[in-house]
Amino acid sequence: MLTGLSVHELAGRFRRREATPTQAARAYLDRVAALDPKVKAYMTVTADRALAQAAAADARFQSGRPLGLLDGIPLAIKDVLCTRGIRTTCSSRILENFVPPYDATVVAKLLDAGAVILGKLNMDEFAMGSSTENSAFFTTRNPWDLARVPGGSSGGAAAAVAADLAAATLGTDTGGSIRQPAAFCGRVGLKPTYGRVSRYGLVAFASSLDQVGPFGKDVRDAALVLQAIAGHDPMDSTSVDVGVPDYSAELEGGVKGLRIGIPAEYFIEGLDPEVEAAVRAAIETLRGLGAESQSVSLPHTEYGLAAYYVIAPAEASSNLARYDGVKYGLRVPGARDLIDMYSRTRGAGFGAEVKRRVMLGTYALSAGYYDAYYGKALRVRTLVQRDFQRAFERVDVIVAPTTPGVAFKMGEREDPLQMYLNDVFTIPVNLAGLPGVSIPAGFTQTGLPIGLQVIGKAFDEATVLRAARAYEGATSWHERKPELATP
Amino acid sequence: MSDPKITLAEVEQVARLARLALTDAEKEKMRRELDGILTYIDKLRAVDTEGVPPTSRAVPMTNVMREDEPKPSCPREDMLANAPDRAGELFRVPKIIEE
Repeated sequence: MLTGLSVHELAGRFRRREATPTQAARAYLDRVAALDPKVKAYMTVTADRALAQAAAADARFQSGRPLGLLDGIPLAIKDVLCTRGIRTTCSSRILENFVPPYDATVVAKLLDAGAVILGKLNMDEFAMGSSTENSAFFTTRNPWDLARVPGGSSGGAAAAVAADLAAATLGTDTGGSIRQPAAFCGRVGLKPTYGRVSRYGLVAFASSLDQVGPFGKDVRDAALVLQAIAGHDPMDSTSVDVGVPDYSAELEGGVKGLRIGIPAEYFIEGLDPEVEAAVRAAIETLRGLGAESQSVSLPHTEYGLAAYYVIAPAEASSNLARYDGVKYGLRVPGARDLIDMYSRTRGAGFGAEVKRRVMLGTYALSAGYYDAYYGKALRVRTLVQRDFQRAFERVDVIVAPTTPGVAFKMGEREDPLQMYLNDVFTIPVNLAGLPGVSIPAGFTQTGLPIGLQVIGKAFDEATVLRAARAYEGATSWHERKPELATP
Repeated sequence: MSDPKITLAEVEQVARLARLALTDAEKEKMRRELDGILTYIDKLRAVDTEGVPPTSRAVPMTNVMREDEPKPSCPREDMLANAPDRAGELFRVPKIIEE
């Protein structure tokens, strides 16, 4: 079945003329029609456009001139990335009918590479959350257990790949929003270095932390998609003009002699014993493949979450000021005056978590609190970054759990702070701007996926992917599929 | 119990600053939740940051320059297409100036 294949396998079928892009697009669209009512990964399915793109890819293969490995590959995009002419909601009422006039750079790059875009994927509203329960429209289900959340905020993007509803997807990661759902859904999710991938057309949440990255069925697919989206963009002045290596070329280099650091601060009380056991077993596997492990210390880890919950809301409160009911999005009628219109529109258009973060950020930036909260958090951010710099003087990658636990049940975490604690192992990586990947590293007794996180030096995605691929090559977790009824 | 980190009056003031209309029920819930989060954030006080510079972005970068070349921008009609209310080529908003 074409939908069961990875990107690189599907690309091989196209090249050998064993399948066509149209056959693949139809297979995925049929599967989405049959299974997405259960999984609820998609906000919008763009079937007609997808079939037109697939037909164009068919023609390129027929003429013997395909564009590259992504030509004709059916992908899907988190609904926070602008798609020209296709509704982009951020899973928010305030953008429910927003149709962007341009493509995000990453979307344009995928289209230029010949990819077929199946649709847009559900998420926590404005990427704020860890479960997709903050979507204004519906909650995406975890394909491994439909009563559980897929993680978030890129929950639709993770669930779509896990349930074979897209060959690969794009998500975004501000505090763990790619890696945490990848862990919960048993797939590969990569957050590149801050500045590696353009943010142009990514609807901003926290601009100093947001980064776009791929979800894949395996590490090779994540590398292929990263290759297509990486690189400097004149439209994003925070994207960095450094060379993009050939990620696939270095993938099979193995880990012999690779120095891996194990941070003591990530093996703490509250870490699920099954997660800890799986991660420790994964470290042994890497050692068995020739890696050299040593313990490293990241002493400010426990303060990362607190610093993040000042910095990210502060940036969000500023970024989300643009939703004022004037240029696009919702406007609530019947206002007394302009200020009243702003307030009523925002009050009606934003969900509870977005309001909470806008309030928190406004508070932290307000007169009298700025130094105590925002100024302090930025200094703690420096210390978190220095922790990593020191560790990376001695090791090449850091290996740790992605999350303290596995996918939880819908409705189980009502207290916002309990929800935030999910991201305790992913947030420091965003604060330091480093690349990190989550890869499948086992399952609990009850059959829920466990994620292993590999963190690298800035702009060294190649080593992160090489270590992840070495582990994947020695294990078979990524081959396991959730038992969803097949159409 | 220690004093609350944030009062209802402060919640109302911050909501005004943020241009957020909150119902009375939302305000009380917001106060309680922000209180819990701010109490958690207070753990930052335990960190010695004397002499530590702030980091506002992970990759240090200042003054990204480019040539000032004229280029076409987004067509006006495209930009107006999403407007909730428009008058010709303008965005229409509620009255700002008192008569």
